[in-house]
Order: sequence, then C-alpha cells, then structure tokens
Amino acid sequence: MLGFLKRPVVMTTDINLNVVVLTGVGLLSRLWRLTYPRAVVFDEVYYGQYISFYMKRVFFLDDSGPPFGHMLLALGGYLGGFDGNFLWNRIGAEYSSNVPVWSLRLLPALAGALSVPMAYQIVSELHFSHCAAMGAALLMLIENALITQSRLMLLESVLIFFNLLAVLSFLKFSNSQKHSPFCLSWWFWLTLTGVACSCAVGIKYMGMFTYLLVLGVAAIHAWHLIGDQTLSNVGALQKQMGQGNLCMGVCVFCHLLARAVALLVIPAVLYVLFFYVHLILLYRSGPHDQIMSSAFQASLEGGLARVTQGQPLEVAFGSQVTLRSVSGKPLPCWLHSHQSTYPMIYENGRGSSHQQQVTCYPFKDVNNWWIVKDPGRHQLVVNSPLRPVRHGDIVQLVHGMTTRFLNTHDVAAPLTPHSQEVSCYIDYNISMPAQNLWRVEIVNRESDTDVWKTILSEVRFVHVNTSAVLKLSGAHLPDWGFRQLEVVGEKLPRSYHGSTAWNVEEHRYGKSQEQKERELELHSPTQVDISRNLSFMARFSELQWKMLTLRSDDSEHKYSSTPLEWVTLDTNIAYWLHPRTSAQIHLLGNVVIWASGSLATAAYALLFLWYLLRRRRHVCDLPEDAWQRWVLAGAVCAGGWAVNYLPFFLMEKTLFLYHYLPALTFQILLLPVVLQHINDHLCRSQLQRNLLSALVVAWCSSACLVSNALRPLTYGDKELSADELKALRWKDSWDILIRKN
Amino acid sequence: MPPAAGGGLAGSELRARRGRCGPPATGAASRDVAAKAAAPSPQRSAVSSQRLEAAGRWALLALVTLLSFATRFHRLEEPRHICWDETHFGKMGSYYINRTFFFDVHPPLGKMLIGLAGYLSGYDGTFLFQKPGDKYEHHSYMGMRGFCAFLGSWLIPFAYLTVLDLSKSLPAALLTAALLTFDTGCLTLSQYILLDPILMFFIMAAMLSMVKYNSCADRPFSAPWWFWLSLTGISLAGALGVKFVGLFIILQVGLNTISDLWHLLGDLSLSLVTVGKHLTARILCLIVLPLALYTATFAVHFMVLSKSGPGDGFFSSAFQSRLSGNNLHNASIPEHLAYGSVITVKNLRMAIGYLHSHRHLYPEGIGARQQQVTTYLHKDYNNLWIIKKHNTNSDPLDPSFPVEFVRHGDIIRLEHKETSRNLHSHYHEAPLTRKHYQVTGYGINGTGDSNDFWRIEVVNRKFGNRIKVLRSRIRFIHLVTGCVLGSSGKVLPKWGWEQLEVTCTPYLKETLNSIWNVEDHINPKLPNISLDVLQPSFPEILLESHMVMIRGNNGLKPKDNEFTSKPWHWPINYQGLRFSGINDTDFRVYLLGNPVVWWLNLLSIALYLLSGSILAIAMQRGAQLPAEVKGLSQVLLRGGGQVLLGWMLHYFPFFLMGRILYFHHYFPAMLFSSMLTGILWDTLLRLCAWAVASPRLARGIHVVGVLSLLLGTAYSFYLFHPLAYGMVGPLAQDPESPMAGLRWLESWDF
Repeated sequence: MLGFLKRPVVMTTDINLNVVVLTGVGLLSRLWRLTYPRAVVFDEVYYGQYISFYMKRVFFLDDSGPPFGHMLLALGGYLGGFDGNFLWNRIGAEYSSNVPVWSLRLLPALAGALSVPMAYQIVSELHFSHCAAMGAALLMLIENALITQSRLMLLESVLIFFNLLAVLSFLKFSNSQKHSPFCLSWWFWLTLTGVACSCAVGIKYMGMFTYLLVLGVAAIHAWHLIGDQTLSNVGALQKQMGQGNLCMGVCVFCHLLARAVALLVIPAVLYVLFFYVHLILLYRSGPHDQIMSSAFQASLEGGLARVTQGQPLEVAFGSQVTLRSVSGKPLPCWLHSHQSTYPMIYENGRGSSHQQQVTCYPFKDVNNWWIVKDPGRHQLVVNSPLRPVRHGDIVQLVHGMTTRFLNTHDVAAPLTPHSQEVSCYIDYNISMPAQNLWRVEIVNRESDTDVWKTILSEVRFVHVNTSAVLKLSGAHLPDWGFRQLEVVGEKLPRSYHGSTAWNVEEHRYGKSQEQKERELELHSPTQVDISRNLSFMARFSELQWKMLTLRSDDSEHKYSSTPLEWVTLDTNIAYWLHPRTSAQIHLLGNVVIWASGSLATAAYALLFLWYLLRRRRHVCDLPEDAWQRWVLAGAVCAGGWAVNYLPFFLMEKTLFLYHYLPALTFQILLLPVVLQHINDHLCRSQLQRNLLSALVVAWCSSACLVSNALRPLTYGDKELSADELKALRWKDSWDILIRKN
Repeated sequence: MPPAAGGGLAGSELRARRGRCGPPATGAASRDVAAKAAAPSPQRSAVSSQRLEAAGRWALLALVTLLSFATRFHRLEEPRHICWDETHFGKMGSYYINRTFFFDVHPPLGKMLIGLAGYLSGYDGTFLFQKPGDKYEHHSYMGMRGFCAFLGSWLIPFAYLTVLDLSKSLPAALLTAALLTFDTGCLTLSQYILLDPILMFFIMAAMLSMVKYNSCADRPFSAPWWFWLSLTGISLAGALGVKFVGLFIILQVGLNTISDLWHLLGDLSLSLVTVGKHLTARILCLIVLPLALYTATFAVHFMVLSKSGPGDGFFSSAFQSRLSGNNLHNASIPEHLAYGSVITVKNLRMAIGYLHSHRHLYPEGIGARQQQVTTYLHKDYNNLWIIKKHNTNSDPLDPSFPVEFVRHGDIIRLEHKETSRNLHSHYHEAPLTRKHYQVTGYGINGTGDSNDFWRIEVVNRKFGNRIKVLRSRIRFIHLVTGCVLGSSGKVLPKWGWEQLEVTCTPYLKETLNSIWNVEDHINPKLPNISLDVLQPSFPEILLESHMVMIRGNNGLKPKDNEFTSKPWHWPINYQGLRFSGINDTDFRVYLLGNPVVWWLNLLSIALYLLSGSILAIAMQRGAQLPAEVKGLSQVLLRGGGQVLLGWMLHYFPFFLMGRILYFHHYFPAMLFSSMLTGILWDTLLRLCAWAVASPRLARGIHVVGVLSLLLGTAYSFYLFHPLAYGMVGPLAQDPESPMAGLRWLESWDF
C-alpha cells in the first residue's frame, strides 16, 4: 500500500499537440469578434425572451424543447450579469448596453469550437488514421453553416457538441471494454456517455435520435456480450484470472447492469433534474400561466396564487366558487352567466327556451361566481358546522349575481343541436318546470366518499333528470352571446374528457344572507387561510405533458424549407442585415462539403451493400478487423446521419435548414473514413494512391476556397457591393439580400 | 425479430418432416412422437392410423369453417336499416351499378366487389344510402352483406391453417380459431357492407399463402411452391386494392422475402444462378404480378365509372373531359383567353377546387367586412368570373370592339359574374393563415380600386404570349402588395360554409397551391376548338387519382374538440363504435371486441415478450436445452415472431398517422394478436407439461389448459353476443337489460 514511498512519484502526460492546435484554431474561428453584430440576429429573438424570463425568474412554457438548453443560454446571461431588461421583439434591433452579448454568445461558441477537436478524436477512436482524423476536424473547422450557427445565441451548436460527446465517450468506453473493463476510465466514459445523451435530449428533443443510435449500438454490443461464453453468468470472479486482467472475471449480469444504469437510469434522472432546476428557478407567475392548470398556477408566486392563497380547501354547501373548465380548449375559461337570454329564434330558424344564457368566459368577472346550494334548504350561506360536499351529492348551482339556478332541459343547444341547452332558469310560468338538480362526481377521487376540494378536484356535473353532463363544447357563440364559448349538456357522455370536467378555482364560504350584501361580497377578494403546494413530480408531469401536447399553429415562414432541399443546399436563411450597409449574415453551407458529404454517404451505402452480399457468399474482400472498423464507422457516422435526418420526413412542423446541421456533422465524420477506405482497400497500385491523394488535396483546397468565398456571409463583417453579392448567389434559390438604390 | 423464414421448419424437431408440402401438417403432440419412437407399430396399422388422423384433421377444419360461417350468417339480415359506414360503401356500390364517377380515399377494389355482389344479387342501385338508420324497405341488400360476411367467414379457417402451419399443433390452431370465432368485434365487422372484411380476407389470405410457400421451401419451383407464391402476390394486390392499409402486409411479406433470400444467398450449395432464379421468381410473383393486378383494378374502375358524378370536382380539368355528362366531355371551347371571357379558375393542387365567391361577407372581426372569396369543389354558378381590363369598364363583348387576347404579364381585373364584385386583396390578415393577406370581393358593378388589379403570369414563361385554356399554368400576382393568389387548403368555419380558404401569400415560392388553370371558358366571339386532345393517358389518370386519394387521406383531420379514438385505446378495448341505435327503444349494435378475448390477447403479448426474451437470452448464452424444449422454443421464436411482426406492422404505424383514426382500424392487428395467443398458450402449456415429470399428468395439464381457454372464450361469447347480434331494451346500467353487469368499463356505451 505504501508503494509510493518506495518508488518516486512520476507523472507523465501525453499531450497530443494536434488536439491543442485544433482547439486553438476552433476557438479562433468561433470567438473572433463574437459581439459583432451587436444586434438581435434571427432566432436570438426567440431564445432571448426565455433568457430574460430566467433572469426575472418568471415562469414560461416553451414547447420547442426541454429547458436544459435555455438554461445553458441563461447561464451565460447570469455570468455576464444580465438583468433581463431587453425587449426581444424584432430581428435586427440593436442591443442596449445592459445586454452582455459576449457572455451570452460564449457558450454556444465554445461548444462549436470544441466540436472541432472532438471530430478528430472520434475518427481516431474509430481506428482510422491520424490523417483522416485531421481531415474530419478541418472540415468541421471550415464548414460555414456550423460557424454561423455557433457564433450566435442558438442551441444547435450545443446540441451538436453533446451529440459528438456522447458518440466519442461511447467509443472510448467500448475501446476500453476490450482490455480493461470496470476500471476507472471505463466507468468514466460509460457515465459520460449517459450524461452527454441526456444533455443532448435536454437541449432539444432532436437529441433523442443520437441517444437512440448510441443505445442501439450499445444493445448490439451487449447482445454479443451475452453470447460471450467466457464470461460467467452470476459468479463474481473466475478461477483462471490472471494478474493483468483483474476486471475480466466480472459476470455478464454486472456488465448489463452497469450499462443499464449508465445509459438508461442516469439519463432519465438527469432529465428530470433539468426540470427540477427549471421549476426551482422559475417561481414567479408570468404570461404563460393560463395554459397550466389552476393547481399549477397556484404554486407560482403572484398571479393566481395571490388570489387563491389561503382559500378554504373543502367546498361546502353555501360555498361561493368560480368553476374553470379543466380542458381549457380552445381557451381556458370559467363557467359564466349574465342577464341576457337566448334569442327566441336562432338564425337557422330553430327555437330556444329564451332563458338566461350560460356560457364559458375566458376572463375573470364577477359573473363567474356560483353558489353551491343544498336543494333541501333555502339559505345561500354556509351553516355551522360546515357540511362539505362529497362525491355523489346532489347540489344546485346558483348564479351569484342573478340568483338564478343552473338548469338544463331537452331543448337543443344553440350551436351543437344534438346536445341540450344549458341555461339559468327563468320561470316564465309555462309548462317547463325547472330541472336544476346536479350530481357532483369527482373524477380524480381516491374513494367514493371524497370531499370536493378547491383547485385539486376535477368535478363532473351530472344532471339528475336527464343524466346529461355539463360540458364546454368549444364553439364560439355569435354576437347575441357576446362571442363567449358555448356550454351544453352532453346527453351521451363519452367516458371522461377534459371538456366535461370543471374545477373550483376561487372559493370562499358565503356569509351574506341578503342579495345586496352578497353582491358586495362577490366583488371583494377571497379570504386567506391555508396554503397548498403541488409536489414536484405532479408539476413536472403536467409541464412535460403540456409541452408535448401543446400545438402551436404551424405557421409558414419565409425561410422554411423541406428536408429534400437540405441535402442539395437549395435553401438558405438570411439571419441578419446591417441596418445601413449591405453586410449580412446567412446560414449557408459550404457547397463542396455538402455535396461531397452526400456523395460519401451514397458511396458508403453502396460499398457496404456490396461487401455484405459478397461476405454472405464467403468472399471476404476485407480482412476481419478492417471489416469490423468499417461497420462500426458506418453505424456511427452513416447511422448518425440517417437517424438525424430521415425522421424529418415524417414531421409536420415547420422545418428550417438548421435542423439538418446535426446530420451534417455526422456526414462530415464519414467523409474521411470513406476516403481512407478507398485509399487502403480499393486503390490497387501506388499510382492510384498518388492520384487519389492529389484529388483529395485538390478537393480540400477547393473546400477551403469556397469557405473563404462565403466568409463575408458567415461573419457578416464585410460590406459587399451589389455585384459581389450577385456573384455569390450561386443558386437561384438562395435568397441573398441586395439593397435596391 | 427472429429470422422469419422457414417457419415451416419450426416443428421439425417435434416430428420428422414429410416429403411433401401443402396439406395441413400433422397435429404433433409430442406424446405421439414418443409413442411412435418407442414402439414402431406394424406398417399397415400405421398407414390406417395416418389416414384416420388425416380424416380427423379435415373434419376439424370443416367444423371450424362451418362454425365460422354459422356465426357470421346468423341474423345477417338484422337490422334492416343502414348501419354506420354502410351509408358510404353501400352508396359507392350503387355508384358502380349506376356507373357514376365518385371519389373516395380508398383504392377501388373493395367497393367494386361490393358493387358486383349487389349487381349479381339483383340490387338495382336505386337505394340512396343517405344516412345511417334509413330503412332498406324493398331494396335487396342481403347480397352485399352476404358477400362481406362470406369473406369475413374465411378469416377463421385461414387463421387456423396459418397457425397450424407455423406451430404444427392442432390445439394452438383450435385456440386461435375459437378466439376469432367468439370475438364479437370480428363478428360485427364481418356482418355489414364494409371494406374491412374484404381487406382482412386478403390480408389473411396473403399471410396464409406466405406461410405455405415458406413451408414448401424444401421443394422450390415445384407446382405447389409456384401456386402459393403467386397466390401471395394476388392476395397482396387484393389487400392494397381495398385500402392502403394493405401496405403493411406487403411490408411483412417483403421482410419475409428478404430474409428468405438472405438465407438462400448464404447457402453455398446453391449456385448464384439458382439464387438469381429465386430472386426473379419472387420479383415476378410478389412485385410484377400484384402491380399488374392492382393497375388492372384501376383500369376496370375507370372503365366502369364513365359517367359524370359527385367526384368530378376533385380531379383536374383534363381528367374530367373523359366523363360523359361533364361539361368538358366532348366539349369545344375557345382556345385562348380573351378580355370579356367568362371563365372558371381551378387550383392546380388536387382537391382544392374552383375560385368561388358568394353573397356573404366575412364576419365581423375577420379582416375587412367584404364579400367572401373561397374555393369550392363542386360546379356552381358562383365559380364564374369575367376577365376584364384593369382600366376600362366597357363591355368587351360589345361587337364593335375587336377581340383582344390576354397575354402573359397583362394587368387584369377579375369580376365575379353573379355579384359583379372584383377579386380584391389588401393588407389585412387572412382568416386562418395569419401571415397571408385576405382576399375579398370588392366594388360595385365592377368599379373598385387599385387593389383589384392582378398581374396574370404563365409559369415558366418569360415574355408576352397568349394564355391557353386548360393547358397554361397561371399565377395571379397582386399588383399593390406583390402577393400571389393561392388557396391554403384549410377549411373555413361555418360562416364560410366549410369551403376552403383563399389567401394572397407574400411568399413567392412556387407551390401548386398558388397555381391555377382556366377550365370553363365562354366567349361567343371566339371560335371553339375540340378538347379531345386533352384526354389524359392511363398512367396519368392512375397517378392523378393516387395523388387525390393521398391528399384526401391526409385531409381527414380530426376537428378541434372532436372526440377521437387514439391508437393506445384499441388493444385494451377501451371504447367501441356505435353501429346502430342509441336509445333503449332502438335496435342497437355496438362494435366492441369480446373483452375476455382482447384482454387475453394483451396479456399474451406481454407474456410472449417475456418468455421469448428469456428463451432468446438462454440460447445466446449457449444454454444446453433438451431437444423438446428446443423445438418448442423454435416454434415460439420463429412462428410466434412472424405473427408478432404482423401485429406490430399492423398496429404501430397508426401512432404516426395524422389522419383521424377509428377503433376498427385495429382489427387486422387483432387477427395477428389472436394467432400469437394461440401459439403462445399452446407452447407454454407444453413447456409446463414437459416440466412435470409424469407423462400422464403432463398430458392432463395440456388438455385441461387448452380446454379451459376454449370454454372460457365460448362462455364469454355467450355473455357478449348481444353486442353483435343486436339488442333491444334498456341500456346496460339498467338491471333489467340483457347486458346488465357487463359494462365492465365506463367508457363502453351500450
């Protein structure tokens, strides 16, 4: 144990100068004049508002992705001392002096810079030559689209960074699997794989594709491991364990367990952790509150919490309540009534009961108050002792301001004729008796004797006479109904649906006997006595569910494109234009790299198929280890391209060119791999090899030339004349902005 | 998935293979093998016992078939009114009999067969099939229902034979047959004029013949091999010809074929020429033959439907010119567009329709309160527009003026003929697509403002030239705002009569949505030319009708707030479909799977995944399994795997579909799931029995297990049969109802 006393402590470090140089050049290319332009560029306008929300600790909901990416950007703002005071409303708006542009853009730029040495290492870890690895890094370095994307407050470069990190650490892990499983570095790389995967997923849901790819490759490795008869089933150590391979004796089960924990459990835990931090950070109510349930809103500081904090929990006979529709579709709204009656005859000639309208109203209003009345008594106040309303109780609902009873009857509803009309009953003294008894059914009850609780209980009102259920139909009433939402009695309730459930949002125990007093009471704010808190898991699951189901209307965008246009680079995005001069920033790829990347992918696919079929006939063109390398490189690079690209064909949302960038990085990794393969295995003679090298050099320099030609559009630092701009418009479909005059 | 090919080999460990293929293989209870191996009986008795066994097998098959037919044809005539989608498919059958052209989102074969069945059974196509609940009265509808029930009945013998071939076990096959016979859902779905029984018939036929040709793999290029291979192809064409869901079974056969060919390629005893022959045979039978048949159904479809009908507007102008009765049929109209012509303008995107306006204003709050402009799929007077010069309002038809043709790049005004308002656009957002501008009808008697001016351009043309009717693809560019007239394809709410939105898009990208052509053209001053040159060729028609179908399918989106069925509802039998009747006085039929069968299926899938992965891992670990267990696990992994693949292929793609989904979409998957249940339970019981030492007890366990499953499903069918055969009387919550106590889930509404 005291070995270090006997031997001197020696530390040897291995520094690959290539990596150092690549990192340096990468940093230079990404960080150079980072604060230019000092104006909002393209989607910065979108992410910026969330950074501001973080700074101000205001709750928001963004359905485009989990919060980790937004938090990373906000971290930059935090480090730069941003106070969140900037109006993110227009692309091109000049940043005010309180916006720390450099530190906001720093993290994406660092991620973009580090992708360069990582490309080098990935190709090395795939056991391809140093030269090929340098090629991959060079291509990453000069790819214009990647440079543009990583120099701004955008998330793609961070996503690409974590994608590459996941792949790299997985390769390191599987390489150390062969000689020293269960040693420190093995554990390190395995865990890092899981962490990087969950970070990638945490930035954008797109990260899921790379995660699935890594999982897939890991699953295949695990399957081979199961088939490995040299490993014992359960026993901890094997007998013939040698000195060198201490870790070899560990059982298959341990191997599988370690992988499952690192690749499944850790990412899941981390993912939830992101949300945990997100919700801890954002504790104030904000503009997106309305989308969330009452319970969620009440857990935020300000907003609804200010109103509901300390309301009585249990709804009792005599309670005054507002009832919010649980589904909130198409709008969150409250059950409402007002003096106006349904028109005698509708536009289409049908008749109505001409009774008082009942609607759902999307704004807070004193007419949203209802009193829960016991049918057996006359008072509209709470008794002492309190009599809480339980599941299955029969109640009447009295509209607070008009003292009319909620009623439904066999009259067709105004807009959904197959449902019943709901009204507040006016006794016209005709043969239409009041039918105003409702049974309270608590949908999310735990037992049948549950008490109706404020905010927490979701309640259905079942009409006693007709067994119709009070429902928000979602249709907007015409002018006579003030464009409020229609409420109907659904005769054939289809099981449970959010539109038939209601929850109490504001609540107080009624005390005033007289109508005048009661009106005053309704106008006054509710009482304060108890506070409630929603558990983290409940908030997390609600937030996650809302993020996945929220459908923002897919809008057309001037620069939206289709996946097919990406491969051929038939599209670009104008990110920014200098307010006075013609300096401009475009998301525009390096044509040479894009074209050769696609070619390499096609070549890989064809060669792979050819080898595969020939191997099936036992014709082995490649030695076994070269074949293994070739397959692994294909699985990671070509597979990475496919999983990050093909799913977009199935997506219905608005797509942009930058969605292709993660797939492009994998294509860039594949390029040198294919080239080296051609050099090693397909070129038969030295002459051919020399020819190939010459071609590669020519191709590389043309890529550099193109990159340099497009540089003004990437950095936006140089004013170009109209002719120069026209000369850069290599494709008709590129939209390069040329000022008239 | 375990290698799919060679399912027929699965049982080889259980029983020595016979040298022939085709007839259903033996029910190989392992005890027979043991008995035979132990005491080889004399030759003669062996032969006679074999004969007896064969006869028994045929008798069982006959019994299964008979029972299937009996359950499907029992009370087929009830109810005597239209149920659910009969209103569509019955109507389409009538269209074939009346030979009027219509449009549907599914390929034509299913409806053609329904029409044929109706025609042969004496239905004259006069019933209107207006809405569910209409009485059939004297119209003969039994032919069509009987035809569907006939095809639906074959599902069970098909499933029986498939499972028998995959597992080589009679009990497994019997169990599958019982599950399907006693499933109320399959029964209900087979009893009405629907596409589903026809679709499922072809799917199961394809599956059966695929399994059969797999088991003929040891005698390639023999007559039965060719027979089953081509039968597979024919069934595939049938399945695809009924609904696009048929693609899933095609995928399954495709995967099976690929793995099959992969094995052949790896077999070094076969020369490459032989492998090539195999490949060619499959290309011929599984690609060329089905495609030819599929195309043939379309040829028949277009030949039969030669009269103009309700589907015309969905198709392009050129297509319509082949329908007799359509105003483009044998029509002759002026060739070049001139000022003063009365025209209809059709969007080039399929199923968008004609530029339309009517005497209704946009409602308050939606842009300017001016006259609505929409697109409309049907022919109507309100589709007529007059093309005028932008700066004069004189009547160009005045004979004193010379004819002036409209040229590419001209600035024009389009006046709506009925209301004399000009096509107009301005900087107000469009009703649905917020980023586009609103298009309205504006002005009085043709006098408006400069926002009524449009530049007419022919796509891909550089300089001034005449504009051809029907042929020229034109765009209308708004002069003031620079936007392009287009239709977003979105359905307007009720105020717009659910016609499609017309907008002016500021995005100048060339999409079909913003390209139009002139269809009708009336100008008395110009000579007419015949349009026969327009008649499209068959491949063009075929392509177009597919585009229209795909678009139609994508257009079937659930509306907001509409309750829709989700794929995860289906396997748990969450909610059924009301086929007929609502109230307690009605004759009610409710499409719902027999919950016992369905939940058993669900449990079986979970059990299968568990036991399958245990066995697979054990084999990968190189565990030395006894021969018998090995045989059983082969059945489970290969046969079961193939069926599981079928289930997955017929179920999971629905999760990706954006269109509106219904419960009955699950039934093809349900067939596969039931087959899996049969194979799984039989194998599991055998494994259990094997684990028990004494052979007598083992046999007992197996027999009791299978019998209890059979009887259990039969009893549950007895309980739930009113769902399918119809029920009258109080609803289930009433204790006097025949279904009292059977509403196990609150979401079932019967």
